Amino acid sequence: MREVDLAVLREPGGGLVVAWMATLRRDLMLRLRRRSEVMNPLVFFALVITLFPLGIAPKADLLATIAPGLLWVAALLATLLSMDSLFRADFDDGSLEQLMLCPQPLALMALAKVAGHWLLTGLPLALMAPLLGILLSLPTGSYGVLSLSLAVGSASLSLVGAIGAALTVGLVRGGVLLSLLVLPLYIPVLIFGTGAVQAAVAGSDVAPHLAILGAMLAAALMLAPWAIAASLRISING
Amino acid sequence: MWRIIHQFGSPKGFYDFSARLQPWFWAAAVLLLLTGSLWGLLYAPADYQQGDSFRIIYVHVPAALLAQSAFVGLAVAAVIFLVWKIKVADMAASVMAPFGAAMTFVALFSGAVWGVPTWGTWWVWDARLTSMLILLFLFFGIIALRGAFTHRDSGSRAASVLAIVGVINIPIIKYSVEWWNTLHQPATFSVTERPSMPAEMWMPLLLMVLGFYCFFIALTLMRTRNEILRRESNKRWVRELVRGQ
Repeated sequence: MREVDLAVLREPGGGLVVAWMATLRRDLMLRLRRRSEVMNPLVFFALVITLFPLGIAPKADLLATIAPGLLWVAALLATLLSMDSLFRADFDDGSLEQLMLCPQPLALMALAKVAGHWLLTGLPLALMAPLLGILLSLPTGSYGVLSLSLAVGSASLSLVGAIGAALTVGLVRGGVLLSLLVLPLYIPVLIFGTGAVQAAVAGSDVAPHLAILGAMLAAALMLAPWAIAASLRISING
Repeated sequence: MWRIIHQFGSPKGFYDFSARLQPWFWAAAVLLLLTGSLWGLLYAPADYQQGDSFRIIYVHVPAALLAQSAFVGLAVAAVIFLVWKIKVADMAASVMAPFGAAMTFVALFSGAVWGVPTWGTWWVWDARLTSMLILLFLFFGIIALRGAFTHRDSGSRAASVLAIVGVINIPIIKYSVEWWNTLHQPATFSVTERPSMPAEMWMPLLLMVLGFYCFFIALTLMRTRNEILRRESNKRWVRELVRGQ
């Protein structure tokens, strides 16, 4: 890591970019050192998709009609499962408190952690989805839209899920509660994400769906960090 | 101004003030609900299409309205609690959440019962039904989060944050569910467009709605007073109050 003048970091507002990048880099490094944690959501995604042809029927035309919804729901659940670990390790070893003590605004530091989470969960899920789309015989021509909608949508999912993760990080068994809190808030993203893929399958215009997904991401980027910061303060100060 | 707010917002001040307010709301609630239900169930004319089954409206609509108002009330109380640290607001929020959940359930259940004679099915994935179901889950989440914390103050603040996040999301959820519904299936049944009702039908409905609101306020006041006594049980004024009785 680059050497940074400590005096610059301590000034309020000073070294914001340096601190933000350092937090992001630290998060990515820690995650990449525990490879299985990065792989687990992807394996879960593939497994859930495998279950559906077994549970419903291995008919290509039937699977093709429900594929957009299945892929989106499975990816959403995979994101949700990885959400609980977002602040957990930092909470346990106390580095979350250090993050709160640093002079840079907590909301932005939390945003760096969410960005790290998205880069190693949401983005890989989005890139892997076309592969599973082939398994479900999703019509060709909709793969790009599937990846794009998942990439944009999962960023909103990470931001909203981080609020729930921050609220439940102080609890011993927060996992199930986290899904109860966060799943209702995921519904709009799911609706427009599947909407985009279905529009692509039907051959109609996908731009409106993607535009709304982008708008939701913009709103989440603007509002969620404050809620995450407030929730972290509640969880840590007790 | 601030002194009045603080006096009203202190647990003791609210306890004394609500004692004077409460009987009026109870009286109004009983009166309105009795007249409204008797009028609606016995004297209002039967619907020319739905027959007597339309009378479920006198429970269904007030419950649905109240469920949404309870969530807004919850969020307002959460803001008051988080910004001005007024404890009474949180006590009110903690009693409003189960009530709101109950009202959402009543609205869903009465809607399902109403759906059988009119639509021939208990449930359709209509936009309104779906968003009410999601509202119910949001209520459950807030209640569960509050209960999950061993430290009561953290539970209160966490539930407040979630209530505010929820109230920002409710319009988004509502509109996206409506969009989703229009995309997927043409509206087979329209709950939104009701034929305009004659006065002898909507007058009892208005009374019922007002009655439900008075009941909501009265019950919230009563349960908040209980909550005040429970949380402030080690304060001197509560002890003196209990000893005095």
